[in-house]
Formats: sequence, structure tokens, C-alpha cells
Amino acid sequence: MTPAKHSDIAINGDCAVALAWRQIDPDVCAAYPITPQTIIVEKFAEYIANGEVKTEFVCVESEHSALTLCVTACSAGARTFTATASQGMAYMWEVLPIAASMRVPIIMAVANRAVSGPININNDHGDVMSARDTGWMSLFAENVQQAYDLSIIAPRIAEHHEVQLPCLMNLDGFILTHAIERMTPLDTHAVKKFVGEFKPLYPLLDVEHPVSHNLMDGPLFYFPHKYQTVKAMDKALEVTKQVFKEFQQISGREYNLVEEYMCDDASCIAIVLGSSFGTMKEAVDQLRREGMHVGVAMPRLYRPWPISDLAKVMKGKKSVIVMDRHLSIGSYGPMFPEVVAAALENEGEMPKMYNYIYGLGGADTMVSDFVSVYKDVKEGKAKRINYLGVRE
Amino acid sequence: MVNLANYKDLVIGDRVIKPGSSEEFKTGDWRSMLPVIDLDKCIDCLTCWIYCPDDCILVKDDKVVGIKKTHCKGCGICAKACPKKAITMVEGEE
Repeated sequence: MTPAKHSDIAINGDCAVALAWRQIDPDVCAAYPITPQTIIVEKFAEYIANGEVKTEFVCVESEHSALTLCVTACSAGARTFTATASQGMAYMWEVLPIAASMRVPIIMAVANRAVSGPININNDHGDVMSARDTGWMSLFAENVQQAYDLSIIAPRIAEHHEVQLPCLMNLDGFILTHAIERMTPLDTHAVKKFVGEFKPLYPLLDVEHPVSHNLMDGPLFYFPHKYQTVKAMDKALEVTKQVFKEFQQISGREYNLVEEYMCDDASCIAIVLGSSFGTMKEAVDQLRREGMHVGVAMPRLYRPWPISDLAKVMKGKKSVIVMDRHLSIGSYGPMFPEVVAAALENEGEMPKMYNYIYGLGGADTMVSDFVSVYKDVKEGKAKRINYLGVRE
Repeated sequence: MVNLANYKDLVIGDRVIKPGSSEEFKTGDWRSMLPVIDLDKCIDCLTCWIYCPDDCILVKDDKVVGIKKTHCKGCGICAKACPKKAITMVEGEE
């Protein structure tokens, strides 16, 4: 029997995430609205008010409480979701590494937004990049469809018994959260079956087997416990591949650790995260028509970092452009050194590497901008670090 | 000393899944001062036993018999609380 065909719908990214959550029906959701994530929790609150989900919806007083609530709810054995952005995530920061070290598979949608200051509500990757080392997995969506799909995929990876790590599901603020796109949803039963039942490890509410959580960890145990998280991240890469395959079977949509576009025969490729991948594909198409052998790739995850898959994409390339939508002030963009490190895997074959910082604070980056990036690199005008579109 | 298990054998997520872990956690490692009890002065009022935060005053048949060195942190509360000043804190004592 072929699964029932579902007609496409027009929906924005936030509502697509809320729709995925409705179909999953998590046990607990902590809600503290912040632009551009607000619509996710608002729409989900509507589902609750209408009795469409049984989720315990907790309106907390801040993001710090939101994530603390998620940590405790998930420790108790509940499948737990929340959403945040920018300053909200910054306010959560103290709890982020605690969630990871407690190994509670919370799913958090992040509507990526610049972090103040200066105050700015528009899209860049300042929030998620600043939370890079906290031990959360990090998935990136290119469009609304992917925001929906990854919302369904994320719990499967996070809750895998050998992974048990919290996961960020990133969608670009406004570009994806507020723009309406066409999307093919899945059947609710198919989603429920795919996600399955949450089987928590050592839940606090299992009164037959009492446990203590989050204990003081002296120097003899802190490092080994951190190392366990490292191993879980390694495992997560394997699990992600498997879950992507399973998802393809129910949806027909293919996902990879590193998404490639025209990379096979390209001499110069760019590496980018999030919605800009789509814009860059358009730039690649234009340049291909002009006869330039260019391509673009997007790591589907930023944590765990898919090192060997990235190395494979870069193998034999003359130049690699790393597009960073965040700035590690006083250094390169955060992704650049990581791509360089991944290129080291191809021993003795280092391509020329360029770093472009672009689109900070929602600065518009058009197809023509990306076209100029490839052209600058080809014509030798690019420096090691370039700040795209800054008026000098 | 605590049992130093391989990282693989540690319960993931810093959880304790069986009771009695405080018995294994030898807090005596922290000690720089040890209470020494002069049993001739001691009247077995058990005030020290009541005050000890780590249950380290050893009592047998209602009589004080010594200190549990594996868990005594050397806080000195027993010495302060003793009405007969039968307990002295000695530095560097094993």
C-alpha cells in the first residue's frame, strides 16, 4: 500500500515547526516567546487550546526558567520541546551545558537571530554559534520544508539510546520563520510512527528504580563525563545518517550529513549554513551558465561536525570559500577554522581557503553578492578574511 | 579512595542509579585536621555524635569508641560541641 498523498500547504517556518510538534505531540513544552520564534509557541498554544495535543504547556517567566523546566521535565521522563532565539538563548546559556551533561534529549527550535548589541532582531547565526561548545547537537534547515522535516527527525537522533543529547533545530529568523513557502506535510500517523515512543534512560519518575541526577562531579569524574559526551557526538553522526535514510523511506526526501550542489566537477566550492544555501545554489546556476566550475555545500549539522564528509567534498578542489553568518570578533568566522581543520584530513592536498563574513544583523545578501564572491576568488581579489558588503 | 571506573563504565549523564554512594565517597580525603578523643575525659553524653554532620563518631553500647577516619572531614564541630573538652583537633594526623 502506498502512503496517502498529502496535498501541499502554504505555511511559514514557525508554523511548520509548530505543525511538526502537533503531530509529534510531546509531553511537555516550555514557552517563552521571543522574536522571531514567537509564532512557534503561539501556534502551538492554539493547538493546545483546541485540544489537538495533550502536551503540558508551561508559560514560564523567562528563557532561563524555560530551559530549566525542560531539563527537569526531560529528566523526569517527558519528551520535551521548546524554542528560542538570540538574547533568549543567551539568557539560557547557563543551563545549556547542564542539559548536555545531564544527557537529556530536549529538542529546541532556534529561530536564528543576531545577538545584541547593537540591538537587532534580524537574522544571523550569532546565537547558535555562541552556544557552540555547550554540548548540544545542531541541525540547520535551508527552507520551510526542512524546518518541518528536521523537527520530526531531531527527536529520533537525540533520543537514540547511545546518543541522548539535546538538539538545536536551526531555522533562519524571518527568512524562514516568517516567509510563507510551499511545503508537503506528512501524515500524522506516519509522523507518530516514525518518532515512536520516548524511552528515557533512568527517569526520575520511575519510583521503582530511584536515581539521583546532576550530582557534583569532582576533577576525577568531570573529564570522563565530558568524554562520554564526545563519544555520544561521534555516535550521533552515525545515527543521523541512519535516521535520514529512514526518513527518506516515509517522505521521499533525501538528507545527508553534507548537502552538495554541483560539487562533483567543481574546482571552487563554497560552504554555507542555512537558508543562504538556496541563494548560493542560484548563484552557482548563474556562474555555471557562464562556464565557471563552481559548487556549494552545506553541512546539515554544525555539531557534531561532519569532518570526514566535509573532507570528501573538499578533496581535489582548488579553492574553498567558507561563508560565515557570524563573526568571532578578533578571529575568523567561527566555521572557517573548522573547515580548514576538516580539509587537513585530505593530507597534502590543502585547497586555497577564503573566509567571507556576510549578512550580519540581517544584512541582505542577494544572488548577485554570492556571484561576486566566486568571481572575486577566481580573479584573485579575495583576501583571507572578507567582510561582504561592509561600506569601506 | 573512590573506585576510578573507566569512562565507559560510568553511568551516563552523571547519574547515581543505586543507593549507598555516599558510603563509597570517602570524604576523609579532604581532611587536614583530625579529632582526637581523650576517652578518660569523655562522659559519653554523645553530644559529639549528635552534632557530627557526617556520622563519624563511632559508638558501641552507648559509649564513644572513636572516629570514622574514612569519612571525617575534620570540621571540628565535635571538638567545639564537647562539654568536657575531651576532643582536640590535631593537624596532619593520619
